[in-house]
Amino acid sequence: MTRTREPESKSKTSSPSSSSTGMKLIVPLQGVVQGRGGILLGSLIPCALFYFFQLYLKKRRRSNDKHPSSNPPSPSSSFPELPRTPSRSNLSSRGSLTGVRLSRLATTISDDDSAYYVGLNRASRDPYHKLTNPDGIIQLGLSDNTLSLDLIGDWMRKWGSGGDDGLSINGIATYQAFDGVDELKLALSDFMHQVMGGSVHFDTSNMVLTAGATPAIEILSFCLADHGNAFLVPTPYYPGFDRDVKWRPGVDLIPVHCRSADNFNLSMTALEQAYSQARKRGVKVRGILVSNPSNPVGNMLTQDMLYNLIDFAEDKNIHLIVDEVFAGSTYGSEKFVSVAEILESDSEYIDNRRIHIIYGLSKDLALAGFRVGVIYSFNKNVLATARKLCRFSSISAPTQRLVTSMLSDKKFIQDYFETNRNRMRQVHHEFVDALSKIGIKCAKSSGGMFCWADMSGLIKPYSEKGELELWEKFMSIAKINITPGSACHCIEPGWFRICFTTMSLDEIPLVIERIRRVVEVCKSSS
Amino acid sequence: MTTKENKKPPPSPPSSSSSTSGGGGTAMRVIVPLQGVVQGRGGLFLGSVIPCALYYLFQLYVKTRTRHRFNSPPTSPHSNSTPSPSHNNLPELSVHPRSLSRTHLSSPTPSAFLSGRAASLAADSPYYAGLYKAAENPYHEVDNPEGVIHLAVGDNKICVDLVEDWMEKNLSGAVLEEGGDFPGIGITGISGCQPFDGVMKLKVAVASFMSQAVDNSVFFNPSQMVITSGVDPAIEILSFCLADYGNAFLVPTPHSPSFDGAAKWRTGVEIVPVPCRSADNFNLNIAALDQAFNQAKKRGQKVRGIIITNPSNPVGNLLSHETLRSLLDFAREKNIHIISNEIYAGSTYGNEEFVSMAEILEVEDHDRERVHIVYGLSDDISVPSYKACVIYSCNKNVLAAAKKLARLSSISAPTQQLLTSMLSDARFMQNFIEINRLRLQKMCQAFVARLKQLGIECARSDGGFHCWADMSALMRSYSEKGELELWDRLLNVAKINVTPGTSCHCIEPGWFGFCFTLLSEKDIPVVVERLQRISEATK
Repeated sequence: MTRTREPESKSKTSSPSSSSTGMKLIVPLQGVVQGRGGILLGSLIPCALFYFFQLYLKKRRRSNDKHPSSNPPSPSSSFPELPRTPSRSNLSSRGSLTGVRLSRLATTISDDDSAYYVGLNRASRDPYHKLTNPDGIIQLGLSDNTLSLDLIGDWMRKWGSGGDDGLSINGIATYQAFDGVDELKLALSDFMHQVMGGSVHFDTSNMVLTAGATPAIEILSFCLADHGNAFLVPTPYYPGFDRDVKWRPGVDLIPVHCRSADNFNLSMTALEQAYSQARKRGVKVRGILVSNPSNPVGNMLTQDMLYNLIDFAEDKNIHLIVDEVFAGSTYGSEKFVSVAEILESDSEYIDNRRIHIIYGLSKDLALAGFRVGVIYSFNKNVLATARKLCRFSSISAPTQRLVTSMLSDKKFIQDYFETNRNRMRQVHHEFVDALSKIGIKCAKSSGGMFCWADMSGLIKPYSEKGELELWEKFMSIAKINITPGSACHCIEPGWFRICFTTMSLDEIPLVIERIRRVVEVCKSSS
Repeated sequence: MTTKENKKPPPSPPSSSSSTSGGGGTAMRVIVPLQGVVQGRGGLFLGSVIPCALYYLFQLYVKTRTRHRFNSPPTSPHSNSTPSPSHNNLPELSVHPRSLSRTHLSSPTPSAFLSGRAASLAADSPYYAGLYKAAENPYHEVDNPEGVIHLAVGDNKICVDLVEDWMEKNLSGAVLEEGGDFPGIGITGISGCQPFDGVMKLKVAVASFMSQAVDNSVFFNPSQMVITSGVDPAIEILSFCLADYGNAFLVPTPHSPSFDGAAKWRTGVEIVPVPCRSADNFNLNIAALDQAFNQAKKRGQKVRGIIITNPSNPVGNLLSHETLRSLLDFAREKNIHIISNEIYAGSTYGNEEFVSMAEILEVEDHDRERVHIVYGLSDDISVPSYKACVIYSCNKNVLAAAKKLARLSSISAPTQQLLTSMLSDARFMQNFIEINRLRLQKMCQAFVARLKQLGIECARSDGGFHCWADMSALMRSYSEKGELELWDRLLNVAKINVTPGTSCHCIEPGWFGFCFTLLSEKDIPVVVERLQRISEATK
């Protein structure tokens, strides 16, 4: 303690201005300065001062650190005083938050909730049910697909009674490869082949299976970028990216704004601009992260756009991560083009080592609870690292078995896709129609599970604040949870993401009715 | 760190300024007018500004240079990997050829940048090398009698038959009908609404099972649980929550080889080993702990916690009541966390009684905030591939953060359903635990006895799946090198994959971990015979 004082007093005395002791120091210094050694000494002195200042700060901080911990040891080391410890430590842990330190990450994420997550939580606390809770909140904020759940249910029931040895026995106990068993990879590669247009062959040795697409994105972020690097992401984007890419990998997301005028299609100039601005700020951009079909909007990247993106990535020598989890959930007239297809057709000209695909069964097979995701990459080093990191998010054996046998049932998969696509098309059509009748327009979409609806006419201050106020009205008046555009980092306020695959055809009128309530409230107040 | 960096720069400016003054005529031209200024009143002020400016310029120079260096590999790769195709614009190409040779030198793989942390994972310890080798050529009694017998992974196969029986009887019911009014896995399971940190039903089942495991002396609160997909993610999530990049955990050695990955890889947390010695049967010594803590502190490392494994992983000894208590005192004194890894809590077989950290907390309830228990669900009921593990903590903030991080290693719905119904089947569980304990005991005794006949002594163990055997007599030199050489012989000559002590960071060479739960009784003679070959070759 006494030592820490010393530098402080020294730095004080040497600070020039007033006191007489200060003068005593400065006068001889002036003499030196006016001599030849001026520059040398003039530079040494401030350096020394700076050094002492640093030393002082360091000591101070250290003594601060010691302070809280120096309390407990004194009683516990001397025995007679022991009885006091409990009461004291009780005080310290209860009274202040400085009990025992948590990491910066833990403290930042415990109160990091965007409207997206707030909405999900509130909706899960008071969920709508036709009979038991008709006044509950209708959950339209998730990307769930319950349209064809009955098919999956049927399959499971048949599988359960069929005496298929599916889950049991084999390989129950053994530690299996963390990155997925080969049978599942094989089944999945067939499945992806089918989903992605039937023209691409997926090599099982390029696959790493993870417990859902979420960890797949995180693992890729860990592999491709260091802490403080960045990815370019076209906005509006899936709110989960913020958590998957930023939290633990510490990778930044740089928004590339897309606008309603282009139906939220990505523009290369905006991409270029965002890239060069990031570079100017000294941020190292390591990749582009796009979702195709895009997550909130539902539009698809054209073949030309994919070529442009690949060229851009080559040009800047960065990676391209394409999140294709909605590849099989298309209903529009446009054809979905996987980046894998381009790689296959132009394999000689493209350095495929910089392109990585993310896929999962949560959306296309509506198996969100199963947590099955894939990293498909051509980069051997990325694959090797991802395989090691898989131990932190591996798929459990029974799930692997179950999914393998489900995917191997070709007829079921075919039926499922046809039915699901028809139902999606129908519900989407009906819902968009009904929305437009009450004056709400949606962006053109051909894939995904969302309507990206323009409600900018209903928000009063045309800003994020107005948007969140409207969202709050949806929650409290209409009892509907939808995702506000600001949670997706949309640059234009007033857009909302509405998931249409969690409602059935006959629920549409109910949802529309509830939305109409909000529309009327907004109109009457304005 | 920052203070260190700041300390360095100041001394450098004078040298740069002096070098300019010593330099040629152009330098003089700058300095002469400067002297005029200096000899005036503003001397001290300008004298300090100038070196700062010089320093700044120097920094700028260094920065642009490093940026330049990063840039030069990027542009070349495609011209390198794919012989000049995609871009046929001439101006670019005409500049490139020069940079090519350079990048060849600096980085042999010309593709886009991979993160530094990805590169750091490339190296394989012998533990992993052994795993691959064993996976390539696994032993089978009939099909592959010359294959590698795998004894390096903490896996329990001796009660698989029980689980299989149960599955046969209950499988369809367990997965399918649990949902009640809904077909399939139940509406909560199939739709994504299920919470990432595990469904409540499973947590309740786990809580009652855990209480049962400690004879109902502790009540476990299901709302204080986060369920993750395995032990590694649980440890990793806790490391992320408790320590920042560059902080450290104290870990008694020998420790499980998987800790290195779980606690260090992505979190950037360091492990400070606390060596335990064979003289104490590898029991934890608080004095050693204190010493390690002080040394780490002297090195400038911030120690944020202790990770203990109880029953300990390779050795298999139990932490006594007193040790746990003094650990808690130690943690309180230093104001750090304790992660108590109790994944083998249900797999004890010795005479000593297992004491959970939770029991200690029950008595001294004032210090719950700093203790976090990891409980391995799937390991205890011999289905590790189910990948289920529980973080139990009383610290609200840790729980909140862990629940959010659980999205990145969540457990799948069918597995949750399966585990819920398995754990809820109290009769089966009770039966299982008893039989498992008996079989573990029998197997351990049989194996240790046979090893003893070969002259190999094992450390005393009361739990877990490993025998921790002293094979230093078989080594050609008493060192880490000798140990790895013996490991290599065991793997390649005797075809037995075991865990070398170095992989567990054991301070004494010559100890090896044998996972006896991977063996059946008739495998023991095969293993012993193979070991005998090695031991005879050494003599």
